[in-house]
Amino acid sequence: MKNILGRKVGMTSYFTDDGRFVPVTVIEAGPCTVVERRTKEKHGYEAVALGFGTPKRRRVTRALAGHYKKQGVDPVRFVREFRDGIEELEVGTTVTVSAFEPGDRVDVIGVSKGHGFSGAIKRHNFSGGGASHGSMIHRQPASNGDTNAGRVTRGSRRPGHYGTDRTTHQNLEVVRADAERNLLLVRGPVPGAKNGLVIVCSSVKTKPAGASA
Amino acid sequence: MNVIDLVNREQRKDQVPDFRAGDTVKVYSKVIEGGKERVQMFEGVVTVRKGGGSTESITVRRIAHGVGVEKTFLLHSPRVERIEVSKRGIVRRSRLYYLSEKVGKAARIREKRTSK
Repeated sequence: MKNILGRKVGMTSYFTDDGRFVPVTVIEAGPCTVVERRTKEKHGYEAVALGFGTPKRRRVTRALAGHYKKQGVDPVRFVREFRDGIEELEVGTTVTVSAFEPGDRVDVIGVSKGHGFSGAIKRHNFSGGGASHGSMIHRQPASNGDTNAGRVTRGSRRPGHYGTDRTTHQNLEVVRADAERNLLLVRGPVPGAKNGLVIVCSSVKTKPAGASA
Repeated sequence: MNVIDLVNREQRKDQVPDFRAGDTVKVYSKVIEGGKERVQMFEGVVTVRKGGGSTESITVRRIAHGVGVEKTFLLHSPRVERIEVSKRGIVRRSRLYYLSEKVGKAARIREKRTSK
């Protein structure tokens, strides 16, 4: 289990070594420092906190500064905790993209782009009604369900706020890991806007490389 | 320079011969056949050259056994080993889509003779 934090840079295409031309998302990932270890004794669970990026100085409050000083690490902009694959990670250890290699399968977590208050077509992939011939139902969600019930069924898909949700895109292929420039090229799209924080970790649904093809 | 540009730039080949639509080229590309890799040559008229940067592509047309065949190559693909220009053509369009409707004599392209 490998974890790293990064920033989505954008998308482009890439020639792989076996000659395919694939769409990739470029992620500027790491270097991440382990800023804290959570322990069973003290916190009730085992985890490591990975930090990424340098914060503006005024964003580091005295309380935070004290916390980082106690841990003996530099302040970081983003902190996320991980519970898997943490055995060898002591406070102060650095995680870089060299932990990943081409062919690895990863899950990428980000915050999806905000779409504001959206209709049922955009938000839930409804089909919508006819455009003409007197249809009168164009982009409406149409029926709301059983009239006998006299109420709207809980959880029915309606218009509403869409986006800015924590979203995971599973089982993406690592196309390239550039340790020199801290870049991770991952096949396909990744949730969120450019410059957004993304979490990259080994895919939970794929067996590790070598286990099966 | 932004990172995306850098990644794209790296993938481009340093040297691509100078040619345009209407020219006749030989494209040597690697193909995998029966588990083995070999180089295949495809010669024909460049009908389209489009796109920029690492996604630039060319379409090459030839008549094979009486049937028109068009193949598209990604110019900067590592599979395209090399490209040789064999003839320069004189055309007045940058994309020769009209060629696919013409047969035989009508599909000829005037050749540019360069003095050596």
